[in-house]
Amino acid sequence: MADDRKKLSMTLGESLRQQGVSRRGFLKYCAATASMMALPPTMVPAIAQALEKAKRPSVIWLSFQECTGCTESLTRSHSPSVENLIFDHISLDYHHTLQVASGDAAEAAREAAMHENEGKYIVVVDGSIPLANPGYSAIAGISNLQMLEETVAGAAAVVAVGSCAAFGGLPHANPNPTGAVSVGEIIKDKPVVNVSGCPPIPTVITGVLAHFLTFGSLPELDALGRPMVFFGQSIHDRCYRRPFYDKGLFAETFDDEGARKGWCLFRLGCKGPMTYNACATAKWNQGTSWPVESGHGCLGCSEPDFWDAGGFYNALSIPDSDLTRKTGYVVGAGVALGAVAGALNRSTRAKAAAKHETVTIEDLDKKS
Amino acid sequence: MQRLQDIAIKVESPEGVQASHGNALPILYEILHALQRFSTEGEQSCIDLRSLPFGPGDEEELLRLLGRGEIHMTMEALGESTIWETAFSGVWIVDHRNAEGERVALQIEIGSVPQIVFSQQEDIVDAIDRLAAQLKEH
Ligand code: SF4
Ligand code: SF4
Repeated sequence: MADDRKKLSMTLGESLRQQGVSRRGFLKYCAATASMMALPPTMVPAIAQALEKAKRPSVIWLSFQECTGCTESLTRSHSPSVENLIFDHISLDYHHTLQVASGDAAEAAREAAMHENEGKYIVVVDGSIPLANPGYSAIAGISNLQMLEETVAGAAAVVAVGSCAAFGGLPHANPNPTGAVSVGEIIKDKPVVNVSGCPPIPTVITGVLAHFLTFGSLPELDALGRPMVFFGQSIHDRCYRRPFYDKGLFAETFDDEGARKGWCLFRLGCKGPMTYNACATAKWNQGTSWPVESGHGCLGCSEPDFWDAGGFYNALSIPDSDLTRKTGYVVGAGVALGAVAGALNRSTRAKAAAKHETVTIEDLDKKS
Repeated sequence: MQRLQDIAIKVESPEGVQASHGNALPILYEILHALQRFSTEGEQSCIDLRSLPFGPGDEEELLRLLGRGEIHMTMEALGESTIWETAFSGVWIVDHRNAEGERVALQIEIGSVPQIVFSQQEDIVDAIDRLAAQLKEH
């Protein structure tokens, strides 16, 4: 216990040095952190300076109506990775799936962390909150709504991890039987960062926490409350298959010549053009690949109401000729990557999303 | 057990060789400009390759085009890092891995020597203490 307290009061620089990590090791750690936060390497000295003085923030993780996929995503990043180093340097004081304590002892740990770090702790939430009937989801007899409001009251900020916490997600899908809402619909008086995705990319979750740990502040957010560094560009704008799209080369089935040659998956239902996420650069499974690289279109999992946005295999209702005309394909230095060429404005995408047919329970029954 | 990063994702091309997606060339231009700036103004720079939307084959193609130069180093700090000068003097690759051998950063650094290679002041201070302590024992 005394040891824990000492660790808490130590800065990250001090505790790494105490573990025998050299300055070079620390700089390597900073380079990896910059890469994880999607910041340019020129930021490494600033990150080093900030991390040197950073103290372990207390994190309380609340899980509501969720499938634990978000926690799985995070903990599947194998040890002892840089992500884990980040976790050594936050104090995860409550997470009912990962913690040893249960029942009253667990709740006592949450209350102690809230009390000791009043005004400074971060609340991470995965899962949506049912408003139709508090009995739909409760922990230790406390309704999700009550636990959220109570825990957030003394927090510095809230991170809504996963599309359920960020936008309502699957529980919120039509006809939303539990009256599920997102964190942002309840919490209005604290900063809420939405790290959407079903699940989110692990390095994006840790990247946001690392940003808070490093700079003591939250990253710049987009109109949907998502960190710009990760969600600032669409999957389509960063997709390596983009040059095929621009040339009008599409796979029509999952096993035709186009599919084998790695052509664009737009006609197979890829939602990349209306989806903002970092998959094309951060990738999945320790950088192994990502859905489009594995030959399957993007499902749009980081966007609000993606479950209700029509079938996963229906092509978006933007005529592809339209997209091609607006973006063009520019080659040459300066423009750099084919994938970066051209950008559609958001309203085109919003209109396309709005035009989606929505699927009702009756439709599903009819099809099955 | 086979590790995830060992499972290669390959896209067939007509010739049956791994296709790249044409993203290596624009990066080479960026490297050329950075090298010119370093040569005339002494400005060092660094490119984070993990922030680029590479397709299968692009990274291999870029590293192949850059080739290998005269110097190759390994660094043991929080896992092994490999650092080498490419066939183009002043253009270095820094490949940081964690203790599990997973890549945590891959950078191209333009300069005389990658910054992380220099002995660091903090470590030197520590070295003086340790060396002095060792001498006292004799
Ligand atoms: S539609 Fe999908 S596969 Fe095609 S370029 Fe866009 S993101 Fe890539
Ligand atoms: S590719 Fe699309 S559906 Fe798949 S994880 Fe990324 S954002 Fe979600």
